[in-house]
Amino acid sequence: MKKTFTKFALAGLMASTMIGGAAAEETIKVGVLHSLSGTMAISETTLKDAMLMLIEEQNKKGGLLGKKLEAVVVDPASDWPLFAEKARELIEVNEVDAVFGAWTSVSRKSVLPVFEELNSLLFYPVQYEGEESQRNVFYTGAAPNQQAIPAVDYLMNEEGVERWVLAGTDYVYPRTTNKILEAYLKSKGVAEEDIMINYTPFGHSDWQTIVSDIKAFGSAGKKTAVVSTINGDANVPFYKELGNAGIKAEDIPVVAFSVGEEELAGLDTAPLVGHLAAWNYFQSADTDINAEFIEAWHAFIGDEERVTNDPMEAHFIGFNMWVKAVEKAGTTDADAVIDAIVGVSVPNLTGGYSAMMPNHHITKPVLIGEIQEDGQFETVWETSGLVVGDAWSDYLDGSKDLISDWRAPMSCGNFNTATGKCGGSGS
Amino acid sequence: MSFLKTFLVFLCVAVGLAGPAFAQSDPEALRPLINELAKGKYAETEKQIGALVATGNPAVAPALEALGEGKLFFRKSDGTVFITEKAGKSYLLTDPLTLEAAGEAGKREVKKVKVNNKLRRVIRSALGSLTLMAPDPAVRKSAAEAVFKAQDPASIEALDVALQAETDDGVRTVMEQARAAAVLNSDLDEAEKIKAVDTLSDMGNRDALSLLINLENTSEGVVKEAASLAVAKIEKSIAAWNAAQNIWYGLSLGSVLLLAAIGLAITFGVMGVINMAHGEMVMIGAYTTFVVQELIRTTAPGLFDYSLLIALPLAFLMSGLVGVAIERGVIRWLYGRPLETLLATWGISLILQQAVRSIFGPTNREVGNPDWMSGAFELGQMTITYNRMWIIVFALLVFAGLMLVLKKTPFGLYTRAVTQNRRMAASMGIRTPWIDALTFGLGSGIAGIAGVALSQIDNVSPNLGQGYIIDSFMVVVFGGVGNLWGTLVGAMTLGIVNKFLEPYAGAVLGKIFVLVFIILFIQKRPRGLFALKGRAVEA
Repeated sequence: MKKTFTKFALAGLMASTMIGGAAAEETIKVGVLHSLSGTMAISETTLKDAMLMLIEEQNKKGGLLGKKLEAVVVDPASDWPLFAEKARELIEVNEVDAVFGAWTSVSRKSVLPVFEELNSLLFYPVQYEGEESQRNVFYTGAAPNQQAIPAVDYLMNEEGVERWVLAGTDYVYPRTTNKILEAYLKSKGVAEEDIMINYTPFGHSDWQTIVSDIKAFGSAGKKTAVVSTINGDANVPFYKELGNAGIKAEDIPVVAFSVGEEELAGLDTAPLVGHLAAWNYFQSADTDINAEFIEAWHAFIGDEERVTNDPMEAHFIGFNMWVKAVEKAGTTDADAVIDAIVGVSVPNLTGGYSAMMPNHHITKPVLIGEIQEDGQFETVWETSGLVVGDAWSDYLDGSKDLISDWRAPMSCGNFNTATGKCGGSGS
Repeated sequence: MSFLKTFLVFLCVAVGLAGPAFAQSDPEALRPLINELAKGKYAETEKQIGALVATGNPAVAPALEALGEGKLFFRKSDGTVFITEKAGKSYLLTDPLTLEAAGEAGKREVKKVKVNNKLRRVIRSALGSLTLMAPDPAVRKSAAEAVFKAQDPASIEALDVALQAETDDGVRTVMEQARAAAVLNSDLDEAEKIKAVDTLSDMGNRDALSLLINLENTSEGVVKEAASLAVAKIEKSIAAWNAAQNIWYGLSLGSVLLLAAIGLAITFGVMGVINMAHGEMVMIGAYTTFVVQELIRTTAPGLFDYSLLIALPLAFLMSGLVGVAIERGVIRWLYGRPLETLLATWGISLILQQAVRSIFGPTNREVGNPDWMSGAFELGQMTITYNRMWIIVFALLVFAGLMLVLKKTPFGLYTRAVTQNRRMAASMGIRTPWIDALTFGLGSGIAGIAGVALSQIDNVSPNLGQGYIIDSFMVVVFGGVGNLWGTLVGAMTLGIVNKFLEPYAGAVLGKIFVLVFIILFIQKRPRGLFALKGRAVEA
């Protein structure tokens, strides 16, 4: 029932988009740039629905600046260059005031020049590799120091891990994250031969060799753990192979940065119990605001079984920040919002407040969760306070001197503290 | 602390000897201790586990086991602890001591006692020492394995007692290994340690290697020498087993390639249709498995172990019917126009993907592994997982079945006749259009049953087929178009080459090398490994 209503609403939306200015009431348009077909549809469709829900709820509260919000949904079809085209279409043709979207780093990189050129706003909700800060982009997902580093700290201190397997899919996010982690581990005194780095292609399904390598690597008399930046889909066969090969979480735990509730939903979780994931939000977070959010989500999507996940929370935070900044600035003009949004603080779903920092990253708590039999995570550890997202990693040679501050007078995404100069323009 | 440990061991042993008599003394005395588990954080729970083990009463074992499995809950109202079993929206409660049913509780009335990996390790070794003297040999064996992993010198005495009473040779060996592992960690004299090194060296697997490397790094003198020797010996034997393991992995990858490609070997190899929608036939088979499992889960959970067998014919029919429909609706108008066929079938593959995405949603679907498809067994120093083993067997069976159909049945005869000389076959009274449709249906149906097998090792998502289409064409072209034996040999060769390259070059580079190898090979032999010869080729 609810679903047909949503479809109806969508159809209505599309119709009104086509009529354009003819609509009686003036609206504020919000672009949703998530793949609804192709490889990434598996993850991104949910975020599109989450955005529609947030916009619907805001309209119930009376909209924004006295106007109704209107979602404009486009489908970039998991095709990276198409992301740029669709972003341009959203900004130039549909005249949206802010865009929420993108998932993979390559799609974000593809739309960056468009947002810079047309001076619009992008809210990017997914954990990413850092090493970037752009004036028109707000990074509401985790930077490496908000996910990878605390996870490694947890394994080192609580589980006593001394030997590390860094396994990832072969693209920019795992490669950069692993570079940062390798530098970090070495700075902590881990020897070269105690780190094994391994990359696999997208959608890798034959994990036998790698799992047996991990087993061999783990039998050197030291506690071993796997830090996995393996991308969503390939995780299922990976964990299946681990389970079948009899590698238990008690012996060799795997901590994953790309496995959330959504990914576990397609998986028989019994062999995974005890393996870990690091995020800034788990559906199991025991707070009132989270319970409300889940209830609203289930009502909106019309399915009690659907889960919530970390990027959804990032959109929740990002959207509310944008709303607050627009109210503060009294306009949706991009420059005014960019100035107004720094310092804006909104509740997150884990019971605290997240604030937008001058480097366009946000503050978040870091949670380590263990996979449970029901596909949920149980928080076993969390940072005592909020962690500020760091755009430029302190552990990489090229970036440790860089800082980012988009407030006047610095207004620079990569200020070099060693030379005292803004190294380039923008990103 | 060490006093406590000795005391513990003494108690365990005492309990073991006293047996059930002690166990029945008064379980109620344990209840407050068990209820204590639900209070406080991990550190306190760990202490409580220690206190429970200190009672030495095997009656606490079920509660600890349930805690390790995450099945121990407490009632929010009064803090009583129960073992629970999920039943729909509520939980069935069981008393942790008497093991009698204790009614039901709603989701919100009870809360789980939290465990993490550290606690699970503590529980594992605690259960190990509690159940060393259990009447069931299987339980004793797993207890000894747990003690082996814990490597706690305090367990030596308990093991000694258990060893004396042990009657089963298999269990005795495991216990001796567990004792050796504990001895390495203890402060016993060198002679004892060297004996332990010998035991572990005979054990010869990675677990033993791990312990010995550790010993080599921490010890001195004679013990260090013995450890080094043992490490070298084990490493040598493991290296030999590794080669065998690589061949096995290669066969396993090859069988997956074979399954994916064998349907294509018919539609592309025999009929010459460049079928880009082949991967989607595999996907339809996998989704059929999903639907079958869903139906079984809701109507007849007892049949779950047979779900794959039930899904096989259905997947064949589903994919086969879709295949026939595609042939009748699209491909038959395009025979002899390969470029148009390629584009049309690619379009069909996109339509099928999006259709599945609309019906089942974009997310992965869970296809469970029946019991006989999960787990692994050890062959020497090789780990063989059941799902891979069955897939190899299955791929070979499918291959043999297909060979039989093509070589020994009238339908196979017609198919070969039509592909070799269409006009001659037609003048002999064979209805060639129907043979085309049925052959295409057969190829698609085979892809469908490949989907049933692949659903066991890969994601069931709308993109499932895309991952296999390139590999399938590679295998068919490499093996020799039109030759089923070529497909078999091609798939196995590519699998083994890939798996031998992977440890050295990594998965990404390994795949690239294989592609380069195929390109060079095709330059040299454009018709593949087993080229068809004779007039049929020129036709």
